[in-house]
Amino acid sequence: MSIQINNVSKKFGSFQALEDVSLHIQSGELVALLGPSGSGKTSLLRVIAGLETSDVGEILFDGQSMIDRHPKERNVGFVFQHYALFRHMTVFDNVAYGLKVRPRKTRPSKLEIKNKVMELLRLVKLENFSDRYPTQLSGGQRQRVALARALAVEPKVLLLDEPFGALDAKVRKELRRWLRKLHDDFHITSIFVTHDQEEALDVADRIVVMNNGKIEQIGSPDDVYTNPKSPFVYDFLGNVNLFKGRLHNGKLLHGEFAIDVPDLQVHTEDQAVGYVRPHDIQIERTNVSGTVPVKVSHIHLLGPIVQVELRREDMDEFLEAELTKEQFTNLQLKVGDHVFIKPKQLKVFIPEDFSI
Amino acid sequence: MSSLTVNKKTRRIIPGFHLSLGYTMLYVSLLVLLPLSMIFIHTMSLSWAEFIDIVTAPRAVASYKVSFSTALAAGLLNVIFGTIIAWVLVRYSFPFKRIIDGLVDLPFALPTAVAGIALTSLYAPNGWIGQFFNFKIAFTPLGIIIALTFIGLPFVVRTVQPVLQNISAEVEEASASLGATRLQTFRKVIFPELAPAILTGFSLAFARALGEYGSVVFIAGNMPMKTEITPLIIMTKLEQYDYAGATAIAVVMLVTSFILLFSINLIQWLANRRFVH
Repeated sequence: MSIQINNVSKKFGSFQALEDVSLHIQSGELVALLGPSGSGKTSLLRVIAGLETSDVGEILFDGQSMIDRHPKERNVGFVFQHYALFRHMTVFDNVAYGLKVRPRKTRPSKLEIKNKVMELLRLVKLENFSDRYPTQLSGGQRQRVALARALAVEPKVLLLDEPFGALDAKVRKELRRWLRKLHDDFHITSIFVTHDQEEALDVADRIVVMNNGKIEQIGSPDDVYTNPKSPFVYDFLGNVNLFKGRLHNGKLLHGEFAIDVPDLQVHTEDQAVGYVRPHDIQIERTNVSGTVPVKVSHIHLLGPIVQVELRREDMDEFLEAELTKEQFTNLQLKVGDHVFIKPKQLKVFIPEDFSI
Repeated sequence: MSSLTVNKKTRRIIPGFHLSLGYTMLYVSLLVLLPLSMIFIHTMSLSWAEFIDIVTAPRAVASYKVSFSTALAAGLLNVIFGTIIAWVLVRYSFPFKRIIDGLVDLPFALPTAVAGIALTSLYAPNGWIGQFFNFKIAFTPLGIIIALTFIGLPFVVRTVQPVLQNISAEVEEASASLGATRLQTFRKVIFPELAPAILTGFSLAFARALGEYGSVVFIAGNMPMKTEITPLIIMTKLEQYDYAGATAIAVVMLVTSFILLFSINLIQWLANRRFVH
C-alpha cells in the first residue's frame, strides 16, 4: 500500500511537532524516519497510525483519505519501543489478540488462529515460548513477540517506533538485519523511526531526515550520506570536522588552508563553513602542497578502524581523522608526531546565520 | 586442607533482616494476635453446648445474614462506583478534580456516628432524599447498605487509582491498532490489570463493612431478626455483662471473616503468580 502525506502539521500546545510535512512512500518500501529527539519523527508515525490526529493536512493510503479513520480501521501494524505487550497474556495469546477481537463474521476459527499464531511464532523463532508470559522473556524476544503480534492482523502497513532502541548493540544489529530480511520476504510497506543513523543507513531503502518538525532531506542511504543537502544532515549522519573560514575566488580560506571549492566560484569574501568527514582527511608524512601541519594528540584504536585526534599547528583547533588499520600501520603514527593533512573531499555551506 | 573457605552462612545483601522481622513479629503479636486470642480465651469459659446454643440462637443467625449480606452488597457497590471514580480521577482532567480527589477520603476521617446521623436524617421517610421514595430506605437493610457503602468508598478508589495510573497508554494504543474496540480493550486489556487491585479494594471494603458499628446503628433501626447487625448483638451482650456470650458471637464473625479474606487472598495469589515475578 502506498502512503501519501500531504502538508501535515501538528501542534502540541505551543510546540510545533510537525510543520507542513509532505512525503510519498511507495508500496513495499522500507523507509526510515531519522532525526534527533523532538524532531517530530514519532509524531509523524503516530499521525500515520491514527494514534494522533493532525491539525492540518491529509494522509492517504492508496489514494484513500485516512484522516477520519480510527486506528483500528486503518489496517496498520504498530510496534512500540517498549513492546507494549499484554503482560497478563501468554506469548500465544498476545499474538492471537488481533485475530480474537475481530467481529464474529470475520474471525477465523480457533484452529485457524492456532495455526496462524504458531506459523508467526516460528517466523520469529519463538515457537517454543508460546506458553511463556512476557516477563519471562528477554528484551529481544519481547520485541519479536510484538512484531509477530503486529503481523498477525496482516497489516497493509507496518509502523515501528524505535523498535530496537531499548535493546543492546548486538541484539539490535541482529534484529534489524532480520527485519530487513522479513521485509524482503513479505514486501509490506514499512516505516520505522530511529535516532540511530547507523541503523537507518543499514536497513532502509530510503531515509527521511527530520529536524524541528520538518523534513531536511529524503534520499537513499548512500545519497543522504554522501550528498547531504544541509549542514544539519551532514552533522547528524556521522562525525564531521568543521572549517569555518572565508570564501575567496573559489577557495575556502581557513588558517593556512586554501582549498579549491569549484562549485562555489561565484561567491567571494563570504563567511563559509567547510564540512569534512573524518575518513576524508588525508594524513601525509611530508609537506605536500595544500596541506597544513598538525600534531597527533591522541590515538584511539577501535578494532578495524583507528581514530586520530589532531591539533592544528597554524591555529588552536582540533580535528578528527579516521584511518583503516592498514593505513595506520603504514604511517606508523605515534602521539606527538608532526604530520601534514589535507581534506580529500569537502562540502561547503554558507550559513544563513553565523551562529552555527 | 584446602585453602578455600566455605561460607556456611549465606549473607543477606539487604541489612536488618533479623531486627525488622523480630520487630514485625512483636508488633503483630502484641497488637493483633494477642487481642484476638483473648476472644477465644473468653469463649473457652463456655461449654461446647452453651457455645452452640448462643451462636445458633435465631436472633444471632438472623444478624449474621443481615451483616454478611449487607457487607457483601456494599462491597460490590463500591467495586462498581469506586472503579468508576478512580477511572474519572485518573483519566480525565476537569475543574475541582483535586477537591473531589480529597473528598474521597472524607468517609475515613468522619466519626462514623456522625456519618450515621447525617445519613439517617437524609434517608428517613421525611428526610431530604427519603421523601421522594414511596418505600422506606432508612431502618431497612437498604439503609444499612447505604451506610456501609459510604464508609467503604475510599478502599476501592485508593487501591485502583495507582494501578490505573501505571497502565501505559501504549498498551491501549497497541490494542486499538490491532483492531479492538474500546469495550474490548477495556475488557481484555485494562480490566485484567485492574482486577487484583479491585479484589483487594473489595476485600478491604467488605471487611470494614462487616465490623462497622457506629454509622449503622443509627440508620438500621435495629429491629431484631430484621435489621439487627452482628456487632450490635455483641454490644448488647456486653452491656448486659455477658462477656462470654459476646465473644462467642465474635468468634463466629472472626472465623468467617478470616476464611473469606483468606480465600480472596488465595484467589489473588493464584491469579498474580502467573505474570508478576
